Amino acid sequence: MPDDRRVAILGAGMHPWGKWGRNFVEYGLTAARDALADARLKWTDVQFVSGADTIRNGYPGFIAGATFAQALGWSGARVSSCYAACASGAAAIANARAQILAGLCEVALVVGADTTPKGFFAPVGGDRQDDPDWLRFRLLGATNPAYFALYARRRMELFGATEEDFAAVKVKNARHGLENPYARYRKEVTVEEVLASPMVADPLRLLHICATSDGGAALVLTSMDFARRHAGAGTLTTVAGVSTVTPRFPQQVIEMPSFSTDSAVAAGGGEGPTFKQSITAAAYEEAGIGPEDVDLAEVYDLSSALELDWYEDIGLCPPGEAEKLLRDGDTALGGRVPVNPSGGLSCFGEAIPAQAIAQVCELVWQLRGQATGRQVEGARVGVTANQGLFGHGSSVVVTR
Amino acid sequence: MPDAKTRRAAVDGWFTLDESAPALLGSRCTGCGTFAFPRETFSCRNPHCPGTQFEEVELSRRGRVWSYTDCRYQPPPPYIAAEPYEPFALAAVELATEQMVVMGQLVDGVTVADLEVGTEVELVLGTLYEDDDHEYLVWKWRPLDRSPAGAGSALVRGGSDA
Ligand SMILES: [Zn+2]
Repeated sequence: MPDDRRVAILGAGMHPWGKWGRNFVEYGLTAARDALADARLKWTDVQFVSGADTIRNGYPGFIAGATFAQALGWSGARVSSCYAACASGAAAIANARAQILAGLCEVALVVGADTTPKGFFAPVGGDRQDDPDWLRFRLLGATNPAYFALYARRRMELFGATEEDFAAVKVKNARHGLENPYARYRKEVTVEEVLASPMVADPLRLLHICATSDGGAALVLTSMDFARRHAGAGTLTTVAGVSTVTPRFPQQVIEMPSFSTDSAVAAGGGEGPTFKQSITAAAYEEAGIGPEDVDLAEVYDLSSALELDWYEDIGLCPPGEAEKLLRDGDTALGGRVPVNPSGGLSCFGEAIPAQAIAQVCELVWQLRGQATGRQVEGARVGVTANQGLFGHGSSVVVTR
Repeated sequence: MPDAKTRRAAVDGWFTLDESAPALLGSRCTGCGTFAFPRETFSCRNPHCPGTQFEEVELSRRGRVWSYTDCRYQPPPPYIAAEPYEPFALAAVELATEQMVVMGQLVDGVTVADLEVGTEVELVLGTLYEDDDHEYLVWKWRPLDRSPAGAGSALVRGGSDA
């Protein structure tokens, strides 16, 4: 791995996830201050602020980078704000990394935070007949869980997954999150409790589906040179690969919020990788590793069933074998390659612009051996996987 | 039941209003043949095709269920739900000629118990919502194999799945 393609992660910080109902800026500030303290740096040492936007909190959310910068006190730092739906955090990390690798700055702060409304995510308001996200609610009544349910049903048909398998993912993640001080839900559940929860979008029940949460997460990224000069004696973690890929035509899996897939008539056959398979593949390639090198993963379990798709899409097993991996305990703490040791979205709920950053925070703490109560012993390589609405890939490889 | 309401499309230009054989209106690139729904107007989706000319085409009226689900809870606005809310089924349907998958609600009364991956369905017009003067229509999928013994065959399928 060429050394100059990595950046160091000197600090990680989070505000606990919950339904606090306070201003998102407060969560972002808490996370940023914790990340700076963790890095043993001052706010005024930061040369570049990379904000991940929230679209449900008015103008301050659209320009999150500047909002956080002003809240920390105008310092003259360079700033950017970006939105990539659920992938916003990874996009903000990618922006910061590019600045550092280009030599334009040495110290960058990445921040994302959100305050979420109750219930299903609804589209942004107004009468917007040209916005597919608005139209899928108006014409189909297709909520986010409805799309997750299409994948879950497909998995049951193709691979024989069962409702019990989906429930077992939830049980595993609930157990993982018990000791995580940043998790919103810290309570064990049983398979029976999951299967007794109300059906939301067949075959997915309430406890199969992640909630929406308030939360904030931040990272301090620096050049490797800066880290060598500044970092203490502890374990140094690095961002070794970042993927923000788009899908490739023809995209044959129906994606939220689309009404249709691409038509494959002009593609002349030949099945390439699916979008979700291509996301981590690009991050692995940058990092010069393969899925066999991965010690743990944080994946986007918007539904418990979707976590099983990710096992295959990030290369932990061939298609159709995720249920076996789960049943054998390979993806539980103590197993071969624990998935979502943080508890995942199952224990957090989704705080959109913060979530992809939070995934990286967890990998940092795991690789440093600081994940008390949920530690993956001896972990050296971790990967995150996630996907943002309208075709935003999101994956980060973290190594030590 | 007042019958004076005018039937009109809930969205303009996405499907024909032929009551006996409605069809989705998509586009086909004159350069590479790629279909799109809703129709493409600016630029072909195929990254290897510079096409900017499209013909309007009626998409296949029949397809097979790729996957399916239902909506047990009332979706948020802008969905306009009947009072009281009635859950409905949704399917992603594969169209063979177009080699694409298109979403749609199932007709009223069809539940997930009536569906399987591979079930053949046909496009019909259905009511999405109403106001005092109008019935607003949308495309819906109707399973083709609904025999008079439909409920019974669903039970048999349920048994053989176990
Ligand atoms: Zn074309």
